Amino acid sequence: MSSASGTKNSASKPASTRAKPANKAEATADWVDGRLGIYSLAKANLRKIFPDHWSFMLGEICLYSFIIIILTGVYLTLFFKPSMAETVYHGTYLPLNGIRMSEAYASTVNISFEVRGGLLIRQIHHWAALVFVAAMFVHMMRVFFTGAFRKPREINWLFGFLLLCLGFFDGFFGYSLPDDLLSGTGIRFMEGAILAVPLVGTYIQMFLFGGQFPGTDIIPRFFTIHVLLIPGIMLGLLVAHLILVFYHKHTQWAGPGKTEKNVVGMPLMPVYMAKAGGFFFLVFGIIAVMSAVATINPVWAYGPYRPDQVSTDAQPDWYMGFAEGLIRFMPGWEVSVWGGHTLNLGVFIPLMIFPLVLVAIAVWPFIESWVTGDKREHHILDRPRNAPVRTAFGAAWIALYLVLLVGGGNDLFATHLHMSINTITYAVRVGFFVVPVLTFIVTKRWCLGLQRRDKDKVLHGRESGIIKRLPHGEFIEVHTPLAQKDLHTLTAHEQPQPLELPAETDENGVARKAGVIAKTRVKLSEGFYGEGNQIAKPTTEEYHEITSGHGHH
Amino acid sequence: MKKLSARRRHPLAAVVVLLLALAATGGLYAAFAPAEKAQADSSAQSLAIDEGKKLFAVGCSSCHGLNGQGTSDGPSLVGVGSAAVDFQVGTGRMPAQQPGAQVPRKKVIYSQTEIDQLAAFVASLGPGPVAPTTEQYEPSTDAKTNAEQVAKGGELFRTNCAQCHNFAGKGGALTNGKYAPSLEGVDAKHIYEAMQTGPQNMPSFPDTTMPEEQKREIVAFVRHTNDEPNPGGLALGSLGPVTEGLFGWIFGLGTLIAIAIWVAAHTTKAKKS
Repeated sequence: MSSASGTKNSASKPASTRAKPANKAEATADWVDGRLGIYSLAKANLRKIFPDHWSFMLGEICLYSFIIIILTGVYLTLFFKPSMAETVYHGTYLPLNGIRMSEAYASTVNISFEVRGGLLIRQIHHWAALVFVAAMFVHMMRVFFTGAFRKPREINWLFGFLLLCLGFFDGFFGYSLPDDLLSGTGIRFMEGAILAVPLVGTYIQMFLFGGQFPGTDIIPRFFTIHVLLIPGIMLGLLVAHLILVFYHKHTQWAGPGKTEKNVVGMPLMPVYMAKAGGFFFLVFGIIAVMSAVATINPVWAYGPYRPDQVSTDAQPDWYMGFAEGLIRFMPGWEVSVWGGHTLNLGVFIPLMIFPLVLVAIAVWPFIESWVTGDKREHHILDRPRNAPVRTAFGAAWIALYLVLLVGGGNDLFATHLHMSINTITYAVRVGFFVVPVLTFIVTKRWCLGLQRRDKDKVLHGRESGIIKRLPHGEFIEVHTPLAQKDLHTLTAHEQPQPLELPAETDENGVARKAGVIAKTRVKLSEGFYGEGNQIAKPTTEEYHEITSGHGHH
Repeated sequence: MKKLSARRRHPLAAVVVLLLALAATGGLYAAFAPAEKAQADSSAQSLAIDEGKKLFAVGCSSCHGLNGQGTSDGPSLVGVGSAAVDFQVGTGRMPAQQPGAQVPRKKVIYSQTEIDQLAAFVASLGPGPVAPTTEQYEPSTDAKTNAEQVAKGGELFRTNCAQCHNFAGKGGALTNGKYAPSLEGVDAKHIYEAMQTGPQNMPSFPDTTMPEEQKREIVAFVRHTNDEPNPGGLALGSLGPVTEGLFGWIFGLGTLIAIAIWVAAHTTKAKKS
């Protein structure tokens, strides 16, 4: 079913008719269509139906901030000099006058103080980058918690995940370019991580930096990666991501009239064209306002990078903060092996956990479909409470991420909470192992509690707040039964049964042994759907039995 | 000459040589040793020392001992000099409220006259860094010279101070609850004295390692950082990417999500036509 029933407007009128065009616009459209054949494409897609929900607009925030980043980034490349050649600054910003610095840093300071609108554009670029990655993060969490990654969208989930990771790294490379004290410290951090790789670390470091740190190659190289390589890949992935959204059609929340086979909503043209267009300007506007009122990355205050200098509060931008946290809470273990070769475990172990943290969330769709054995397509979203294990896992992952962020900002937590930095670091060490587990348990219980609440609401209705006194003196509260559509929404989800091991003997009576993997799978499935892990939703009989009586208890 | 050589076997000859050697060593030492500024013992000075001793006995001696020799609760003050007293008492750190990882800056309870008297008393215990005069710590008022001082001071600050006090002097954490305090609103004199004396967990930067001129440049840089408006708008505490990330999430993404909810709530109704 589709509520799309807009009137036929001129745009949808076939432009390829041989009749004489009515006006200039039509003539132009005709001309274009004759050469590009866009009419059929437009016809197929302009009336595409999209469901309406605020959480479906999170991806739009990502898209728009990405566009803003590209637009402002192009402007910045016009003035930025990706060179580590030394120069002495004699510009308008007097506090840096006469100081030796790289061309990269000098040009960034010039962008900030001499290029027209340069500081604003720089701040828009950087704020939009923070918002972009944050929006991708929230968008991914929306997809995760609603189960929108299930078949047929697993590939698109991976595309999105890759976009997030590339966003992390492109942000990091961009942060490294101005060659200010903070970015140089970031590059130094990365160099340390590379050096910690056993055997090949020193070689990779030499190839990447073209010699000893810092050398003169790293910023030009990062520049190419930052403005060309990664954005190029991201653009490709982004297009593929959107094509797949069109191809799969959008997911939707359960509700009356909504099935796995339809999409209920509004057409792209004109409703979402207008909404999305307007939303783009709102996103741009908000980011521009942020950039106009709040400083980001005050490179002039950091000063130029010199390997002998460092400032406290040297953290990466927020998304890389978990890597900083891993390094900061890891004990500085170092062992000597194979006759004097140093293994820097204090850095190497965090370096290995870093990708694991990210991959843990990326592989979940595949783990879930394997455990549940569910190979069907899903277009109706799950409410997070109706998938307690998935929701608990996602919450645990976020908790882990937050613990690591606290670890990454341990010095600021120490100064602002008036605590010892050592206490915070020890707490993060414990929290790294304990907090995700606790979060998992609490979230799962919470989901089950909400399921019980839903069941209660379906069977007994909503508390009306009206207290009635019966003739024999008893007080009761009147419950209002839910509307039919709410009953549907609350009971639309399916409740799969856990997998079972195949019978121990086959039809011929021959013993059949289940392997360890099969057994694990059944155990996990039990954990997902077994007794106590989901609250059986009310059946029609239960509903009738309760509603046919005196109503409620 | 003959007389001298004739008496070289005299029983007192060794004594005379010894005396000459001692006089030479002492003289050379006196000539080359860093001159401690002797506190002029004018009558006003000894009056200040007397008053300071009384104040010291009331406010300081419970931890530092009656003669400033130190106890298990507080270090010896012999040789810390008047600069240290002026810094510690002038920023309210002393008298300390309670022992701890570090004594925080708080309300100053002594008047400047009393602080000077305390300083005079402590300085009389043994020579140490002397509280600076205005010419010593005050950066140039000439705009051009001042800008030069700020630029040089910035470089010195980033080399010597930023690793604990942060690039903008906002302070930072040290181990076990110790911290480098924020330099916001700190008097030029106190910044200068802190570098001279190295209070609490801070290393000291005596004139031999950091000449007076460089200290003045650092003071100029810190003052510039505190006073000049931030060209980019709100500084968000000048604490680097952590507060920026927080601001980006709350005000950036937070507002955008609120707007998304608003946009989604105002939808068109499909026309039945």
